[in-house]
Formats: sequence, C-alpha cells, structure tokens
Amino acid sequence: MIARDRVSKLTANLILAAIGVLFVLPLLWVLFASVNRTAGLRVELPTSPTFENFRAVLNTDTTYRPVLNGIVLCGGSALLTMICAVLAAYPLSRFKTKFNRPFLLTVLFCTGLPITAVMVPVYGLFVQLNLVDTLGGTIMFMATASLPFAIWLTKTFMDGVPISLEEAAWVDGAGSMQALYRIVLPLMWPGIAVVLIFTFIGMWGNFFVPFMLLLSPERLPASVSIFTFFGQYGEPNYGQLAAYSLIYTFPVLVLYLLLSKKLGGAFALGGAIKG
Amino acid sequence: MTTSASAVPVPTGKRAGRNGPPRGAKIVKMFPLAPAIGLMLVFLAGPILYCIYAAFTNMALTGTGAANVQFVGLDNFRKAFGSSAFTNSIWLTLVFTLISAIIGQNTLGLGLALLMRWSNRIVRNFVGTAVIGAWVLPEVVAAYLLSAFFNDDGTLNVILHKVGLPGQDWLYAAPIIAVSLANIWRGTAFSMLVYSAALSEVPKEIEESAEMDGAVGYKRLLFVTLPMISRAILTNLMLITLQTLSVFGLIYAMTRGGPGTKSQTLPLYMYEQAFSFSQIGYGTAIALVMLLIGAVFSLIYLRGLNSEAA
Repeated sequence: MIARDRVSKLTANLILAAIGVLFVLPLLWVLFASVNRTAGLRVELPTSPTFENFRAVLNTDTTYRPVLNGIVLCGGSALLTMICAVLAAYPLSRFKTKFNRPFLLTVLFCTGLPITAVMVPVYGLFVQLNLVDTLGGTIMFMATASLPFAIWLTKTFMDGVPISLEEAAWVDGAGSMQALYRIVLPLMWPGIAVVLIFTFIGMWGNFFVPFMLLLSPERLPASVSIFTFFGQYGEPNYGQLAAYSLIYTFPVLVLYLLLSKKLGGAFALGGAIKG
Repeated sequence: MTTSASAVPVPTGKRAGRNGPPRGAKIVKMFPLAPAIGLMLVFLAGPILYCIYAAFTNMALTGTGAANVQFVGLDNFRKAFGSSAFTNSIWLTLVFTLISAIIGQNTLGLGLALLMRWSNRIVRNFVGTAVIGAWVLPEVVAAYLLSAFFNDDGTLNVILHKVGLPGQDWLYAAPIIAVSLANIWRGTAFSMLVYSAALSEVPKEIEESAEMDGAVGYKRLLFVTLPMISRAILTNLMLITLQTLSVFGLIYAMTRGGPGTKSQTLPLYMYEQAFSFSQIGYGTAIALVMLLIGAVFSLIYLRGLNSEAA
C-alpha cells in the first residue's frame, strides 16, 4: 500500500513538472530576445547580452506615454468599477427585499454575455453620443463591462462580514452609508483589494475595447500601442518588441505577486467563483 | 458563492426580516445601487437594445446604408446563414471552443488540480507559478510569445527536430490548432484555480473511507471525487465556454484570422464585416447571434446553479 502510494506520488510529481516545463517554454523566447540585439523569432541564447533593447524603447512615444495612458485608463475604470460595486453590494448583502434575487440573477447573467459581441453596437452608440476617442467614455464602458463580475465578487466577500457589528452601530444612530464606510469596509479590505487588483489586471491586458474605442495614437494604452511595432517598416525589431513586452507586463506581475503573497489572492478568487 | 447563490442573506437571530437601520424606506435603502444600475443601463443594456435594432437594418459606415438607414427585416440573417464565410467562422468557433476550452483548459485544469494534491510543495509551486504566469500575461504579449513559439524557427520546431520529428510553420499549416493550443496555454490557470478550490473542500474522510471500501485509483476519482465537485465542473465549463467564445485579441494578434480565413472565428468575422467592410447592420446581426449563444449558455449556467441550490 505504502509503496504504491510512493510510486503514484512520484508519477504525479513527474507529470506535473513536465507540464510546468511546457508552460515555461514559450516564456524563454521573450526573456532571451529582450537582451539580444539581433533577435529574431528563433529562440537562442544571446551571445552578448545587452540592455540596448530596453534603452531603445524607453522613450515617451514608445513606452512612457502608452504606459501612463494605460494607468489612467485602467486605474480610472477599476476605481469606478470598485466604487459602484461596493455601493451596490451593500444593500444587496444587507437588506432583504424582493428586488435582490432578480437583480443578482441579472448580474450573474450579464457576467456571461460575450463583451466582444457588444463591441460593434457599443461603437455605434459611441459614434451617436460623440464618445469615440474620448478617455471618459472608454473608462465608463470598461468599468461597466467589469461591473457585473465585480458586484458579484464584492457581495460574496461582504456576506462574510458579520452583520451584528453594524446592528450595534445602527442602534447608536449611524446611517447605513456610515456603517458601510466605518465598519464594513475596514473589515473586508482584503476582499476589496482582490476585486480591485483582478479588475485592473483584466483591463490592463484588454486589447479589444481600447482598440475599438480610442483612435488617436497619443491616447492609446500600452495594450494597443504594442501593435505599432508592426508598423511602417515591415519586419519588426523583435528584440525591442520583447523588451517592451516585458516592461508592459511588469506592473501586472507586481500586482499579482502582491495579491498572492498578502491575500492568498488567486485561490480566494477560485473559491469565490467555483459556485 | 455557495451560499450567496440563494441571493438572500441569512437572517441573524430574532431581528430576521427587520435587519436594516431602523429608519428609511426601502427605496432609500436601495439607493446606493443607482450608480451601478445607471452605468449598466447606458453602457450594457443600451448597446444590446441598439444591437437588436441595428441588426435588422442596412446600417453602414459608407454607401447607401450610411445616408439613410432602412429596415431590411431578416435580410442580414439570411445573408449570414447563406454565406460560406459565416458558416466557416461558426465551425471554427466550435472547434476552437471544443479543443481549447472544453477539452483543453477544463481537462488540463482538473488534472493539474488533482495531481497537485499528490505532489510535493516545490513541484506544486513551480507548476502553479508557471501556469498562473501564463494567465496574468497581457493578451497581446501572450499572442506574440506563442507566435514565436509556433513559428517556423520557433521553440516547438527546434524541439521537434531534436527528437527527430518533422517541423512546420504551425501558424500556416494548422492555424486553428495553434491558436487553440495558445488559448489552452493562456487560460488553463482559471480552471486550475476553480478546481483547486473545489477539491480543497472535499472531505478527506470520504475519500479515505471510499478507499477502505475498495474504491481505488480511477474508480475513486470517477465515483467519489468527481461527483462531489460536479457543481464546480458545471460552473467552470460554462464560464470558460463563454470566455472562449469571445476571444478576440489572442487570435487577432497571432493570425488576424488567416491565412485566408482559416482561423477566422466568429468575433473576428464580425469585426471584419463591421469595420473593415463597414457593414454595421450586418456586423450587429452577427453580434446578435453571438449574444444569443452567450445568453443560452448563461441561462443554462443559472439553471444549474439554481437547481443545485434548491
């Protein structure tokens, strides 16, 4: 029995390690190419590693402005999502009305709708409302697109905060918004951080929405401006593309590490989703 | 989510039914919902209604449909279902969803989650980091990495040559397979996390007593463990199917739907019709088809949650 256990443990480890290697392989190219001045699509160990690719892309037009645009766009949208989600989650979590269940089912239904499909009509709507190529319009749309999921998650986290503390505050005459701000939020900040960071990561990687709704090069975030590497000169400079990809990826990696180190993030999220 | 699917907060103690602040009408109490509802009405319900309207018109960015928009009834849908490009994209979408989500991400994610329970910490952390790393990468970056991976000179062919197998330019020879594998690489983490969370709640005693009763290996997995996480399986399948149906950036950045239309899934076809060819009316008709498919899956998912909760 024990020997069999050990064999199956060993097999499990070996299979897992093999899958892990398969997942790492595609990453090698970007790491090697970013420090190789003559990088192509072939994976090769750079003979003389150099940071020249990074130096070449670190300028206003290529990196700083798109990254800043991304921060404004995704940061603004994520904040807006979070504010609306917390406000909406509070009555849904605390007050028992006939309205709650249909509303939550609608929210859940909306999380399933393919946002890609909505993009053509959204573009049409934006043309009519004169919102195409405006940062404000794009922020509002991106916030709305992630709102259903954020409301759902926030409510799940808020349900975990015991209501008895608020009842004491209500007896002392605190209004519900005061109770939310002073009692509930401080108790659920890890949940808030999880929702906020996941919303931001999702938006940071989102290509389609800003690609459709923003036009001027000076407004494009990093996820779209990466396309300019395949611009006028045909074959792109792969080394610089790789270096830029790493710079663009860096913020979400940091956020993700923060999440998993401090909050047990991804697994908490998995727990909230699994149904 | 297990409890919240019932949507009604569990009343505490004697104050059940009156567990709100003492004063204030219900309308006032629900007021904080207003910003969320406002945004969703304008930017979600609005476009969907607009979509239903535009799908039955000849709206276009150029030509006659631009000057005066007219109702054309079901013409757009007739045109779609009669067009080989549309049916081609439907097939490709089905293949893409089947290979990358239902078979790939789902099975691999479940497998990883199961194996992780048997593995040692170092291996588990290594695999977890690698799989989640692929998930956290921005869509377009992932697309470039995998383009390089599947390229003629790419890592995959280098490995295939090493073990004596013939290589090929995967993005030309089998583009839909290449983008499906790319989507598996990028999306498996989600299923893995959902299943890890679900499996962590399966009581060890049940599995152990099943083993005592002689259910070992795959039998225990099939008849004891999997039924206990059936709800998570259903949820996961629905969610990843919906996510996969709307994948755009990954395919667009890897192949632009090509070569020809060999990897042109529904979202890419819609984009091409609506923007490259300026046929907004026809494009929204396709969007409506996608929305309906999404709505059906979403409803099945809700039904599943409901009946399980009841």
